[in-house]
Amino acid sequence: MANEFYIYLSILTPLIAFFITPLLSSNPNLRDSLGPIGGIITFYSSLNIASLYLNGEILSYTFFQINETLSISFKITGLGVIFGLVASGLWILASIYTIGYMRGNKEKNQTRFFTFYSIAIFAAICIAYSGNLLTLFIFYEILTFSTYPLVAHKQNNAAKQAGRIYMGILVGTSIVFLLPAIIIVWVLTGSLDFAPNGVLKGNISNEYVPFLLALFAFGIGKAALMPFHKWLPAAMVAPTPVSALLHAVAVVKAGVFSMLVVITYVFGIDFLTETSGAVWLIWVSSITLLISSCIALTKDDLKARLAYSTISQLSYIVLGGAIATNIAVQGAAIHIVMHAVGKITLFFAAGSIYVATHLSKISDLNGMGKSMPLTFIAFFIGSLSIIGVPPMGGSWSKFYLMLGSVEKDYLLVIYILAISTLLNVYYLLEIPAKAFFQPKRTNIQVTKHPLIVYPTFFAAMLTIVLFIYIEPLKHITNLISGNQ
Amino acid sequence: MTFIIKNLPILIVITPLMFSLIVAVLSNNRLAWILSTFASFLTMIFSILLCFELSNNSNISYYLGNWPPPLGIEYVIDKVSIIPIIIVSVIGFIATLYAHNFFILEIDRNLVSKTYSLWLLTIAGLMGLITTADAFNLFVFLEISSLSAVALVALGSKMDRKALIAGYNYLILGAVGATFYVIGVGLLYGVTGTLNMSDLAQKIPALGLNKSVIVAFTFMMLGIMVKAAVFPLHIWLPNAYAYAPSPVSVLLAATATKVSIYILVRISYTIFGPSYEIYTFESLRYVLLYLAILAMFAGTIMAIFEKDVKKLLAHSSVAQIGYIVLGISLATSPGIASGFIHLINHALIKAGLFMSVVAMGYYTLKRIDVNSITGLGRQVPITFFAFVICALSLAGLPLTVGFISKLYLIKAAFMSEGIWLPFLILVSSALSLIYIWKLIEGLWYNKTNSKSEKIKELPEIYIPLLIISFLNIYFGIDADLIIDNSFIASDALISGIK
Repeated sequence: MANEFYIYLSILTPLIAFFITPLLSSNPNLRDSLGPIGGIITFYSSLNIASLYLNGEILSYTFFQINETLSISFKITGLGVIFGLVASGLWILASIYTIGYMRGNKEKNQTRFFTFYSIAIFAAICIAYSGNLLTLFIFYEILTFSTYPLVAHKQNNAAKQAGRIYMGILVGTSIVFLLPAIIIVWVLTGSLDFAPNGVLKGNISNEYVPFLLALFAFGIGKAALMPFHKWLPAAMVAPTPVSALLHAVAVVKAGVFSMLVVITYVFGIDFLTETSGAVWLIWVSSITLLISSCIALTKDDLKARLAYSTISQLSYIVLGGAIATNIAVQGAAIHIVMHAVGKITLFFAAGSIYVATHLSKISDLNGMGKSMPLTFIAFFIGSLSIIGVPPMGGSWSKFYLMLGSVEKDYLLVIYILAISTLLNVYYLLEIPAKAFFQPKRTNIQVTKHPLIVYPTFFAAMLTIVLFIYIEPLKHITNLISGNQ
Repeated sequence: MTFIIKNLPILIVITPLMFSLIVAVLSNNRLAWILSTFASFLTMIFSILLCFELSNNSNISYYLGNWPPPLGIEYVIDKVSIIPIIIVSVIGFIATLYAHNFFILEIDRNLVSKTYSLWLLTIAGLMGLITTADAFNLFVFLEISSLSAVALVALGSKMDRKALIAGYNYLILGAVGATFYVIGVGLLYGVTGTLNMSDLAQKIPALGLNKSVIVAFTFMMLGIMVKAAVFPLHIWLPNAYAYAPSPVSVLLAATATKVSIYILVRISYTIFGPSYEIYTFESLRYVLLYLAILAMFAGTIMAIFEKDVKKLLAHSSVAQIGYIVLGISLATSPGIASGFIHLINHALIKAGLFMSVVAMGYYTLKRIDVNSITGLGRQVPITFFAFVICALSLAGLPLTVGFISKLYLIKAAFMSEGIWLPFLILVSSALSLIYIWKLIEGLWYNKTNSKSEKIKELPEIYIPLLIISFLNIYFGIDADLIIDNSFIASDALISGIK
C-alpha cells in the first residue's frame, strides 16, 4: 500500500465522521462512539506519517490543481507532523470527555454539536498537513466557520454577542491582513508553496520584510496577538469541551502553527535573521505575554482566567518563532505540544468541576479539593506543566526558548519569561491551593460522571510522560528548518 | 443540423422572441410556463452549442438577412461575448424553471401568461444586446430589454403598490440612459458615417482629438452606466429589485446589470479600443476607478443599515457591481479578467441569494425583513442551507466562487496600484460580513419562547436552488474554467488596444 494512504486516512476519517454523525442522531451511543474511533484511526495514521517523516520520506498529495500556480495540496512538514499528532491524539481524549460532559450537563442539540466538532477537527488536520499557503488559508477559514455553531451552541443572547466578536475578529483579520499577505507572496514569488528555507529570499527588498510579516502576524488572528486577542475570552461561552479541544488545542494551535509555518517555510529563519525583520514581533509577543498574564490575575471566572493564560502561552510560541533561531523554533514547536496537553488538562478539570457542581467562579472553589481529589490533582499537575516545572513536559519548551534567546543575546526576553513564570505560578496554583487548603464554605452537591474524570486525569499523566519521552519530539523538531 | 449551427448567433435571440409572441396569446398559465421553460431551455442549448462552435474559431460573425456590414447588421460571437451569453441563458433557464409558483401567487391570474411573454422578451433583449455588433441595433435591444423589464417590475404591484413607483423610476432613468446612449451613437454616426462597431473602431483613431467623438464617448458611457447601476447612477436599482415579483428580482439581479457592464466593456475596449490612449484612458482610470471604490463602500454601508432583505441584497449588488467595474477600470489584462471572473461568479451568488430569500417569502407569505426572519432557518432547513452557502460565497469564504473572485481581483489591484487599493477592497469586503452575518445569525437563532412548526419545502423550489448553491461551490474548487475563459476574454480585449 502506498504511504500516501495515511494522508487520506487521517484527513478523511474526521470528514466521514462529519457526514455520518447527522445520520445517527436517533442512536446516541453509536453516534458518540464515532468520536473516539475516529480519533484512534486519525492518531494511528498521524503516528505513521510521523515515523515515515523521521525516515526521511516526504509524503505529498495534490487534491486539486486549480491552475498552474494554485492548487489544494498537502505535504508533510516537520511542524505539520507535530500539529497533526497533537490534534488527533487529543481528539481521542476530548471526544471521550465530550460524551461525558454533554450527557452529564444534558445539553441540547448534541447531534449538531458532534457534527461540527468533527468538521473542526477535519479542518485542523488539513491545516497541519497543508502543502501551500492557499490550502492553509482555505482550511483556516473553514475552521473559523465550523467552530461558530459550537461557540454559539447555547443560542442565547450572550452566545450571540460572543459569536459576533469571535467571527468579527477572526474573519475580519484574516480577510483584511492575511489574504493580502498571501496574495503579495503570490505576486512576489509566483507560487504559494512552502520551502524548507523560505521562498521570499531574493524576491522582496529587505525594508518591506517587517511589514509583510506584520500582515501575517496580525492576519493570523487565531494566534491571539494583542490587540486581536478578544475573541479568545469571548469564545469561552462555548461548552467546555469546545474550549478544551478547540480553544486550547485545535483553533489556537492552528494559529500559532500557521505563524511558525510562515516564519520558517515562507520567510525562512535565516532570511529573517539577516534582515532583522522579526525583531518587532519579539516585543509585541512579549508585551502580549505579560499583559495577558496580568489580566489573568484579575479574573475570577475560571474559564476566563484560563483563556487569558492561553493568550499568554500562545505568545511564547510566537516569541519562539520571532527569535528566529533553530533552537527557539524547536522550543516553540515543542511548546505547541506541551501547552496543548497542559491546557487541555486544565480545561477538562474546569469542565468537570462545572458539571459536578455548577461552579465557575474561582472564589467559590474553596475546600472543594476533598470532594473531587482526582480532578484537582490533575489541575495541579497541569498547572505545573504550564508553569514549566520538571518533571512535567512544559519544562522542556521553556528551556529551549530560553536557550534560543541566550543564543541571540536577548537578555530582556529571559527576564520577561521569568516574570511571566512567576505570574503563572500565582494565578494557576491559587486554584488548587484554595481547593485543598481553604475551609469549605457551603455544602455543594457533587455529581460526578466517570467519562469526565478519567480523561482529565489521563491528560495530566500525559504531561509527565511527555517529560520522559521527549526524544522523538526533539528529533522531529530538529528536522523542522530543513536540517535533513 | 448545419442550418441550426450556421444560424446559432441569431437563434439565441430569436427563440425567446418568437416564443414570447406565442406565450402572450395563451390563456392557460401552466402551458405558458411550460412553453417559456422550453424556450429558455432551447436558448441555453443553443448557447452551449455556440460554445463548442467557438472552440474552433476565434469568433463567429453573422450577417442578418445576409446583408454584409457596414450597411447590414452584424452579429458577432467572440471569446468575450460568450461569457454573458452563457450567464444569461443558464440563469434565464433556471429562473424560468423556478418562476411558476411565484407568478401564480404574486400576479393576477389573467396576467400570468403576459408576464411570461414579457419575461421571454427581456431574455431576448439581453441576448440581442450581447450579440449585436451594431451600435444602433444595440440601442433597439436596450429598449426592448428595459421596457419589458420595467413592465415586469411594475407587475409586483399586486403584492406592494410601491412596485409602481419603482417601475416608474426605472422607466424614467432607463429612458434617460438609453437616450444618452443614442445621442452618443448619433454623434459618432455623424462624424464617421458608420454604425458597425469594428468599423467605428477603425475610423475613430483617424479623427484624433475630435470634440464630437469626445462628447459621443461621454454620452454613451454615461448612458450605459445608468443601465449598469454604477454608483451614483444606481438609484433606480434597489427599489426595482426589492418590489419586483420574486422571479423578476432573480433574473434582473443576476443578468441585467451584468449585460450592461459587458456593453460598457464593449464601448470602451472594442469601439474605442484602438483610440484607447486618446479617449478611454483617463475616464476609465480616474472616473470609473473612483466611482467603483465609492460604490463598494456606499453599497455595503447602505446594506448594513437596510432592514428589508431584498433591498439589502440590492444594495449589496451595487457594491458588487463596484468590484466588477473596479476590475475592468484597471485596464490591465489581469484586471479585466478579474472583472469577468466576478461578473460570472456574482451572477451565481446573487441568483442563489435572491432565490433563497424569495423562497422564504413564498413559504411564510410575508415580506422578508431582518426581524421577521428570526428562527426561520429551523423551519426551512434546505432553503437555509442554500442561503448560507451563497451568503458565505458572497463573503468570499474559500472553496466558494466568491473567494476566487476576491483572490484575482486583489491580485490584479495589487499588481497595478500597489497596496492601498487591495486594502480598500478588503476593508469593504470585511464590512460586507456585517450584513451577511446579520442575516445568517437572524435565521439561525430561535425566537425566544415561540413554537415554530416545520414548513414543507417544495422540490420545484429547492432543486433549482440547490443546483445554484452547488455551482457556487463547484466553481469555487474547479475554478479553472471560469478563470481561463476570463483571461482569454481579457487578452482579446487588451489586444484591441495595442
